[in-house]
Amino acid sequence: MDQTFWQLLALAPPGWGGVLLTGLAHSLEIAVGGYLLGLILGVGGAVGKLYGNEIVRDLMETYTIVVRAVPELVLILLLYYAGTDALNRLMAALGRSPVDISGLAAGIFVIGVVQGAYATEVIRGAIKAIPAGEIEAGRAYGMPGGLLLRRVTLPAMLPHALPGLANLWLIATKDTALLAVVGFSELTLVTRQAAGATKHYMLFFLAAGALYLALTLVSNIAIARIEKWARRGMPQVHA
Amino acid sequence: MAQPARAIEVRELHKRFGTLDVLKGVSLAAKKGEVIAIIGGSGSGKSTFLRCINFLETPSAGSIRIHGEEIEMRPDRHGDLHPVDPRQVQRIRTRLSMVFQNFCLWQHMTVLQNVIEAPVHVMGVPKDQAIATAEAVLKRVGLYEKRNSYPVHLSGGQQQRAAIARALAVDPEVILFDEPTSALDPELVGEVLTVIGDLAREGRTMILVTHEMAFARNVATRVAYFCNGLIEEEGPPEQIFGAPRSERLQRFLNPAQ
Repeated sequence: MDQTFWQLLALAPPGWGGVLLTGLAHSLEIAVGGYLLGLILGVGGAVGKLYGNEIVRDLMETYTIVVRAVPELVLILLLYYAGTDALNRLMAALGRSPVDISGLAAGIFVIGVVQGAYATEVIRGAIKAIPAGEIEAGRAYGMPGGLLLRRVTLPAMLPHALPGLANLWLIATKDTALLAVVGFSELTLVTRQAAGATKHYMLFFLAAGALYLALTLVSNIAIARIEKWARRGMPQVHA
Repeated sequence: MAQPARAIEVRELHKRFGTLDVLKGVSLAAKKGEVIAIIGGSGSGKSTFLRCINFLETPSAGSIRIHGEEIEMRPDRHGDLHPVDPRQVQRIRTRLSMVFQNFCLWQHMTVLQNVIEAPVHVMGVPKDQAIATAEAVLKRVGLYEKRNSYPVHLSGGQQQRAAIARALAVDPEVILFDEPTSALDPELVGEVLTVIGDLAREGRTMILVTHEMAFARNVATRVAYFCNGLIEEEGPPEQIFGAPRSERLQRFLNPAQ
């Protein structure tokens, strides 16, 4: 291979390396934002399903069923185009000027809503795995609901939830690629642009693959550390 | 403020689970400094009674006064009573400590963190002050050296002593013990009973559900025998164990005869 071939990956133009890394950064922004939103929705959904009244439970049930039933690509198209349209109709009805929703905000919202439905089930299962006595002890010592959740329920469910939540994080990093369909310039979209412009498809898609792989490997190191910390009070399992 | 004579006063407590009447009108009062042992067969309602006192179960009927303060209750549409003001229950719970059969320590916290949790986060005691108190109670139960261990690394007896330290750290008016030695291996029962016995002798008000008859006879100021959701017989330990009047109690104490 000649030198100009590898120079296609150089950071500065005419190399496309910088563009790919910017795409990766955008993907990460959406993944992190969507994942955090998903965690918040997941905690709310799990608590609602476990401790809410009938109306709350039905609402949460509908949320998780609908979101998990519809393909993510459809949800993204629906929420992005129909969501923007509905929001602007609402603004018009209120006599306001239409808003322009940024791809980033829409992406975080869509990934977050999808992640939240799966996280609800992961966290619900993890909370049910806590020995009931630990939660009861919190009540017996006078903890109000919010404090009990923060000090006992959430930290105690974490070791049970982490394998599932780690899965969701890795899925979130790759779900960002779906946002290419709405024109958000994340890693997959810019890779397609680079490959199309240079006709070096193999090079750029392998490069993108390597970036996704690197992200996963780094994530695994972080997840292993978090899991070690979260399991500090759990018995060690010897294989 | 005048010292109320009664630390706990329960009147006509009923508890139904579905169609099952677990408590059928139990009245029991504990004066300050009294140690009341509750004995009885399984299913007699003794644990449920204890759990109703701090509202881990909501009573179906009856009234509960802690330190002269009545907990206001209102029936829901199923007829079960519920506290009108959850904050009142939370406040009263900080005056009562509970020691559970299965210890129920918070597994993600060290022994010391378990002991300072309620003082710091529920009662608002400054952390350094709570740690000083916690270290003192951990020395009392002989666990000071284990203060930075997680519960999983302790024996059952040590875990129960840690749970007693947690109960002492909130400086409770009354400590409720729910079969504190039932989950322990026989050789670990003694160390826990020694700690509870010391507390009884220093004048702590305690209500103790137990199967340890010899222990109940030694430390209790009064014993209540529960049978089928009612107090069948109640009196000083000499009477209950020495000269029981009720036939059922006699059979309970001497099943062989």
